[in-house]
Amino acid sequence: MQCIKLEYDVDGENFASAGHASESVKRTLKQMGVSPASVRRVAIAMYEGEINMVIHAHGGKAEAEIYPDRIDIYLKDSGPGIADIDLAMKAGYSTATENIRSLGFGAGMGLPNMKQYSDEMKIDSTVGVGTTVFLRVNF
Amino acid sequence: MTIREVVQLLDAEILCGEEHLDTPIHTACGSDMMSDVLAYVKDQSVLLTGLLNPQVVRTAEMMDMLCIVFVRGKRPEQAVVDLAKSKGIVLLSTDKRLFVACGILYTNGLGG
Repeated sequence: MQCIKLEYDVDGENFASAGHASESVKRTLKQMGVSPASVRRVAIAMYEGEINMVIHAHGGKAEAEIYPDRIDIYLKDSGPGIADIDLAMKAGYSTATENIRSLGFGAGMGLPNMKQYSDEMKIDSTVGVGTTVFLRVNF
Repeated sequence: MTIREVVQLLDAEILCGEEHLDTPIHTACGSDMMSDVLAYVKDQSVLLTGLLNPQVVRTAEMMDMLCIVFVRGKRPEQAVVDLAKSKGIVLLSTDKRLFVACGILYTNGLGG
């Protein structure tokens, strides 16, 4: 099946540039004529993931595979990992610092949001090694 | 309501996007937490906030919002204005506080 692959480095040291990968994916999907509602779901889910990589994991790699009927996104970092994924998935639970909250994030809505806006989500995480989040959004 | 009417009602300064002032808008939201905006906002086209960093513009972009109003007389750095310009998002600044600014727009017919 025809597939477009996109890869991005997510810079963990630069909060200002966070969202660059999501923005690029959003633009690509729009150009491909994917419905605005689907484009927005992808944009929000991926953006939340990208923000997480920057504020929790010193950045990482974002990969997107676009198929005619869906997008698969892999967000890979070598950060601290998530000790209790069920707890992290709870709306309102956050380990973000006050500094992050002052930037408008860290309300504990990132992972729940990613789940809400995607059709499939998998978190593979090992403490001290890193985290890979898989997101699938059907068009 | 158009963005031009928002400018008038809030006595706001236009930081960028003058060419989009006649765009019609129907709903708005007010928050300093971008996480909450991403979680709860559905189709709102205006974001009122006291937060000034570039992620406000990116959040608005991801949500297909058309206009951001900075409250309490705040003004973002030029880099934030340039980012909004490149996305076609209107930036406004008003001296009014968040609660008051939202109240004025709401009583004048803008929905939540």
